[in-house]
Amino acid sequence: MLLGPALVVSALLFAIGVVGVLVRRNAIVLFMCIELMLNAVNLTFVALSRYHGVGGQLMVFFVMTVAASEAAVGLAIILAVFRHTTSVDLKTNTLLQG
Amino acid sequence: MADTIFVALGAVAVLSGLGCILQRNPLAAAIWLVLTMLALAGMYLILGAPFIAIIQVLVYAGAIMVLFIFVIMLLNLGHAPSDVRGPAAWAVGLVLAVGMAAFLLRLGGYDPGRLAFELTGTRDLSAAAVFATAEAARQAGEAQGVVGAVAGPLFTTYLVPFEVTSLLLLVAIVGAVVLAKRKI
Repeated sequence: MLLGPALVVSALLFAIGVVGVLVRRNAIVLFMCIELMLNAVNLTFVALSRYHGVGGQLMVFFVMTVAASEAAVGLAIILAVFRHTTSVDLKTNTLLQG
Repeated sequence: MADTIFVALGAVAVLSGLGCILQRNPLAAAIWLVLTMLALAGMYLILGAPFIAIIQVLVYAGAIMVLFIFVIMLLNLGHAPSDVRGPAAWAVGLVLAVGMAAFLLRLGGYDPGRLAFELTGTRDLSAAAVFATAEAARQAGEAQGVVGAVAGPLFTTYLVPFEVTSLLLLVAIVGAVVLAKRKI
């Protein structure tokens, strides 16, 4: 019976990702924390797919595809911002805050 | 035995996740995240999803993290000053995370029979479950093949999402090139 431990690990990983997003200012590290949260959700999908059908594993497949395209576009945006301001620190990139 | 390894891998995943958010150097944080993903791949293997485990290593630990490390090295961020926010952000973050973790841990006592009960009125899982036991999963894997068990529904029930995914990847490729190129 591995469902309980899997859900506990998933909950802890998701909470760690939330803390990371809130306490870090480096845009790339922020992205990595989002990947951490996506991984936590993937673990839940796989753990539950043992009981509720193989659809959970397919959902992980789709989440990975979305994460890959998100990383590609997001890192391209970070690259463009860095070229503009020579910094990926969110403290200096506050133009959208008005 | 498998349970012990599973719990150990879970501990590795959580600890290296902590390393990822506490490490000041972005490159070191990325390496910790790779370790988290490898531990998760091992957990998928024990959970009876070998195809997802291999995809996890290839796509996540391989392709996506290489992209991250590539960008970190390209921007030369290794010697950047500390980017960790002050105590106010830590307080907000910890309160939110502890509350969220407590809520999610309550869901950790989730019982698969409950969903079946709410849907059908009986606690019989056989309608929803593909593999009732690990032994049944092993037998199904032998009968259908590891990839076949995933590929069957992917190309029948989930065919439309699968095709939309290919469109999404095309859009992401074009978008990344347009954003990162200096002159188009």
